[in-house]
Amino acid sequence: MVTLQNISKTYNKGAIKAVDQVSFKVKKGELFGLIGPDGAGKTSIFRMLTTLLIPDGGVASVNGLDVVTGYKEIRKQVGYMPGKFSLYQDLTVEENLNFFATLFNTTVQENYDLIKEIYVQIEPFKTRRAGKLSGGMKQKLALCCALIHRPTVLFLDEPTTGVDTVSRKEFWDMLKRLKDQGITILVSTPYMDEATLCERIALIQGGKIMSIDTPEAIIKSYPSPLFAVKSSKMSVLLEDLRKQDQVKSSFAFGEFHHLTFKENLPENQQSLLNDLEKLGHTCLEMKEITPTIEDCFIQLMSH
Amino acid sequence: MRTLLFLLRKEFKQIFRNKSLLPMIFAMPLIQLVVMPLAADYEIKNINISIVDHDRSPYSQQLISKITASGYFVLADFGDSFDAAFQQIEEEKSDLILEIPAGFERNLVRDKREKLFIAVNAINGTKANLGGAYLNQIIQNYNAEVRLEWINPARFNTIPQVEVASSNWFNPFMNYRFFMVPGILAFLVTMVAAYMSALNIVKEKEVGTIEQINVTPIKKYQFILGKLIPFWIIGVVIFSIGLFFVSRILYGIVPIGSVFLLYGFLAIYLVALLGLGLLISTYSDTQQQAMSVAFFIMMIFLLMSGLFTPIDSMPEWAQIVAYSNPLTYFIEVMRMVMLKGSGFLDIARHLLVMIGFAIFFNTWAVLNYHKST
Repeated sequence: MVTLQNISKTYNKGAIKAVDQVSFKVKKGELFGLIGPDGAGKTSIFRMLTTLLIPDGGVASVNGLDVVTGYKEIRKQVGYMPGKFSLYQDLTVEENLNFFATLFNTTVQENYDLIKEIYVQIEPFKTRRAGKLSGGMKQKLALCCALIHRPTVLFLDEPTTGVDTVSRKEFWDMLKRLKDQGITILVSTPYMDEATLCERIALIQGGKIMSIDTPEAIIKSYPSPLFAVKSSKMSVLLEDLRKQDQVKSSFAFGEFHHLTFKENLPENQQSLLNDLEKLGHTCLEMKEITPTIEDCFIQLMSH
Repeated sequence: MRTLLFLLRKEFKQIFRNKSLLPMIFAMPLIQLVVMPLAADYEIKNINISIVDHDRSPYSQQLISKITASGYFVLADFGDSFDAAFQQIEEEKSDLILEIPAGFERNLVRDKREKLFIAVNAINGTKANLGGAYLNQIIQNYNAEVRLEWINPARFNTIPQVEVASSNWFNPFMNYRFFMVPGILAFLVTMVAAYMSALNIVKEKEVGTIEQINVTPIKKYQFILGKLIPFWIIGVVIFSIGLFFVSRILYGIVPIGSVFLLYGFLAIYLVALLGLGLLISTYSDTQQQAMSVAFFIMMIFLLMSGLFTPIDSMPEWAQIVAYSNPLTYFIEVMRMVMLKGSGFLDIARHLLVMIGFAIFFNTWAVLNYHKST
C-alpha cells in the first residue's frame, strides 16, 4: 500500500543527506515500524509520504498514488500524526475534533465508531482546551483527529516519545485494534523495545535502511551467539573485555555487558571467565542470551 | 464554502479567546487615537526667552511687554549681560535671546532705524524655527505701531506697502487635529491589519498546526481567505469606531466627503495591507521574526507617509519611497475626503494605485506561499 523506491532527500542544498536511497514496501493492513535514533531520517520519510516534502530523488506512492503528482488525493486518504503536538492548543478537545472532521468534509458522528474506544477516554475533558491536557491525553486526541476521516493509511511519527510507560503500552494496544480494522499503519519510534510490537520493521540509521524484516527474523539473523556478562567493577570490565583477543565486540547494555566471540567455540565462556578472574574481577556472571532488536541495531551499525 | 465558514468560525473563536490579543486589537489603537493627536501639536507655546536690555527705555519696555503678552513666550531671564543670557541657553533654561542695544529708543527716534539681535538655540529645530518666526512677527507689529505713532498719517499712507492677508481653506482655524486625526486613524488601521495577519499565520507555523492542516484536503485559497477575512473585518470595525466615535464625537470631525467613498477605499486598502502581512508571514518562521520585519516596515510607513512631515519637502529619493508606500495614499485620501470633500474622480488615481498594491502584494505572497510548503 505504501512503496518507496530509492527515495532521497537532502537539506541545505545537498550538504545534509537526510534520506539516502531508501526503498521499502508496506503491505495493506500491516503494522510497520521505522526504528532508528534521532536524526536517522524517520521524520523526513514521513513528511515525504504525507506529501509535506517533495523528495529529491526516487519514487514513492501511497495507495498507488504518487506522492508528488497525486498529493491531493493522498491527503484525503491518509491520517498523519506529527511527532510534535500540532493541534490548536486554544481550542477545546471537541472543537479540534469537529474542526478536523469538517476539513475532511465529514462529521464526528459519521466515523464515531472508529474513534469511540479512544475518544471515551478523553470525553470527560471535551470542553478543556487542548493545550491544557496531559501528554497522554494530547496524544489520544491527536490520534482521534488523525482518524476522524477514516483514513486507509495512518502515519504516526514518534507517537510515544515523551509518554509514560503505561500510556505507551495502552497506545500500542490501540494501534493493534486499529490494525484489526484494516488500517495500514506506519509508525516510527526511537525506542528499540517497541520494535517487537510491530509486524515488520525497518532499522534506519543515517538516512539509510540497514535491515527490513519481521522483528523475529531480524533477531534470528544475528550472526553469532550473544553473551551477557557482569562483575563488580563494570567500567573496568568493559575495558578489559575490549582488550581480550577472543572477544569480537562488547558494549554496555543495562546492568550487563553484551559480547560476541570471534570464533564460535564451546570453551569460549569458560576461558574468558578464567581470564577475567586473573584480571581481578569478582562476582563474575555470564550467560548466553537471545539478542534484542537493540543488539541487532548495534551489530548492524558497526558494519 | 462550508469549510471556509468553519475556518472563519475557528479563527474568530481563537481571536476572542486570546486574552492578550483582543485588547491589543481594539483598545490599543483607540487609546492611541485619543492620545496621539493631543500630543502631536504643531503650535508651540511656552518658548523660554532671555531678554538682554541695554537700553532700559520706555520703548524697550513696550517691546518686552508685547513679547510676554503674546502668550507664546515665557520670560526666563531679564538682564543686561549677553553672557549671562547665553549661560541660560547652555543650561537649557532658555530657547531664545533677544538683545536690545543701548540707545535703542534714541536711535529709533533720531535715525529712524535700529537693529535688534536674536540668538536661537537650534537644537530643537521646530521650536527654534517657530520661536524665531513668532518673535519676528511680534517685532514687526511693534515696528508698525511705532511708525504709526511717529509718522504723520497722511504721509504714512503714501508709502507703498504690501500686506499679506491669508485665509486657511478647508480648515479655517488651522486646527491641526482636523489634519492629524484622519492620518493617525489611517496608520492605526494599517498597523493592526499588517501585524495581526502576519503574526497569525506565522503562529500556525510556529506551533506546528500548519503541518496538520497541510495534510488535509483543504485548498490553499480557503486557508488564506480564512486567515485574511477575519482581519479584514476587524480592520473595518476599528476604522468605524475611530471614525464615528473618536474622531466625530471626541474631536468633532465630520467628514465633508462621502463616507461610502472612504469605506470603498478602505476595503481595497485592507486587501493590500493583508497581502503585505501574508507576505511577511511567508518569509518568517517565528512570530519574533515576523514582528521584527513588520516593525521595520511600519516605521518606514509611519515616517515616510506625509503624516507628520509634508512629502513635498522631502528629498527626491525620499519622495520616491513615500510614493511607494500605500499608507501615503490612504492618508491623502482620508484628508482629501474628510476635510476637502473630494469625490470619486479626485481619488480615482489613488484608488488605481491601491488596486495595484493589492494585486502586487497578494500575488507575491501567494507565489511565495506555494514555494515554501
